[in-house]
Amino acid sequence: MTSGTASVPRAAAPAVACEGVTVRFVTDRRTVTAIEDVSFAVGQGGFLSLLGPSGCGKSTLLRVVADLVEPSAGSARVRGASPAQARRDRSIGFVFQDSALLAWRTALQNVALPLEVGGRRALPAGAPTPRELLKLVGLEGWENSFPHELSGGMRQRVSLARALLGAPSILLMDEPFGALDEFTRDRLNAELRRIWRETGTTILFVTHSVYEAAFLGQQVMVLAANPGRVREIVPVDLPEDRGLAIRETEPFARLVTRLRNLLGPV
Amino acid sequence: MTLAASSSAADPGLLAAQARHAAAKRRAALRRRILPLVGLLALLAIWAGLVHGLDVKPFVAPSPVVVVQTLIAKFGMLMSNLAWTATEALLGFLLGNLVAIIGATLFVHFKSLEETFFPIVVLINTIPVVAKAPILVLLLGNGIEPKIAVAALICFFPTLVNMVRGLEAVNPQALELMRVLSASRSEVFWKLRLQTALPYLFSALKISASTATIGAIVGEWVSTTNGIGALIVQAMYAFDSALLYATVLVGSGFAFCFFLAISAAERFVIRWHAPAAT
Ligand SMILES: Nc1ncnc2c1ncn2[C@@H]1O[C@H](COP(=O)(O)OP(=O)(O)OP(=O)(O)O)[C@@H](O)[C@H]1O
Ligand SMILES: [Mg+2]
Repeated sequence: MTSGTASVPRAAAPAVACEGVTVRFVTDRRTVTAIEDVSFAVGQGGFLSLLGPSGCGKSTLLRVVADLVEPSAGSARVRGASPAQARRDRSIGFVFQDSALLAWRTALQNVALPLEVGGRRALPAGAPTPRELLKLVGLEGWENSFPHELSGGMRQRVSLARALLGAPSILLMDEPFGALDEFTRDRLNAELRRIWRETGTTILFVTHSVYEAAFLGQQVMVLAANPGRVREIVPVDLPEDRGLAIRETEPFARLVTRLRNLLGPV
Repeated sequence: MTLAASSSAADPGLLAAQARHAAAKRRAALRRRILPLVGLLALLAIWAGLVHGLDVKPFVAPSPVVVVQTLIAKFGMLMSNLAWTATEALLGFLLGNLVAIIGATLFVHFKSLEETFFPIVVLINTIPVVAKAPILVLLLGNGIEPKIAVAALICFFPTLVNMVRGLEAVNPQALELMRVLSASRSEVFWKLRLQTALPYLFSALKISASTATIGAIVGEWVSTTNGIGALIVQAMYAFDSALLYATVLVGSGFAFCFFLAISAAERFVIRWHAPAAT
């Protein structure tokens, strides 16, 4: 088991760092160790894909970073501070698997929700407005539509725009495109990479898909299950300005094979 | 995509589809109006036919024609009685639902309150209305108060249960979102729980609209000389079946209008519903 710490390429304090994080859930019937002794670090502006079988604790790990779950042991740091502090500072945007849009709010009102709760803070100077964010995710003209009037892919775009409001330095995404068809997913993957490069946000992206993990990430953290732990952190040696066509190339195929092998026999 | 298509109105296929959709909608609306009317007329015809055909005595059951005549002849008297019942039903509706909404809010925020008082609420709810009414008359006297109390009690339970369910039916990911945004408890309540609960609340309010009227009428049965309930009792003892039917018609007409008003309020407040969900 190589639970090594990934290199920190860009800045001094990593955007996200976990040190020996263990999470246990105690229920009536048994105690589940969701993740055990997980350590990694992602530099500012990095893109880390989290890949692993169902139940290996990917969501739990993101929840620890977002201060939704307390680790039983070890600690997580977000830009050198505690997750709770990062949450209060609005350093973190979270994109959920189901878009978690509020049905009674229009797309624009959903994106603007973060401005109305938790102290009603104003946008930081220079941060894009809700309208601009909807444009960024390709939803110009849909501002006044309600969630039930949007397709699944469009709802996830709204959810992404909401997470980007206030220009958070870290974006946590928990299988955001898992429920979408392949074409929509491909398109959103390409757009996510574009947005990541435009905004310089650090992204932790959970997925079941080997292709998605390899295409999106600068690094892929492969997790093993029972208990969830880091198997290996694989650097992605592909050009930064890659398009979807990269998936037809030899290096991509080699990377996919390697990730597959790490996930273990199917 | 769709946006571009709808702005270029020249597309004949699109126009035809829009026209078809509008026509289908008109037909559906027409059906919704006409079919219930047809059913009602058929029922009236059968009723009139039976009364005349079997030669039913007027004190057993009146013919619909006589009922309508009575309705017109005694309209003023019927309305002045309805005013009592309507006032009691409306006030009971407001009181019962208000207390239920506040109670549900407290229950959701303070679980121990729910655990302490919910069994009592269930217990009171198992007492039939006809049994509650005399108890309340003894407690509150012969005035309008016991009728309001019966109406309120009858509204209270469904709204409490539905409201608690609605306030707790929040999408767990939306709750996590609120936490990520550091939202306070009151923000979670106003921005998330209450909105989630509104459809649940309105389905309870629609039930309340008719049950509040029933509550007021039952209250009037027990004691009073005014109101639809009192009139029903008087008509029954006088074997005045035409007046009895006319009174019942006025009472249920009021309950129906009350229901329609709440439905209209629902459509006004909850505009985000997916068409299939309503
Ligand atoms: N709140 C909880 N209470 C009890 N057990 C939990 C809780 N949350 C997660 N677990 C357990 O922790 C383990 C990891 O769950 P987690 O949701 O993090 O997995 P995952 O990798 O995200 O899976 P998936 O890919 O299916 O979403 C599972 O065994 C799960 O049963
Ligand atoms: Mg998960």
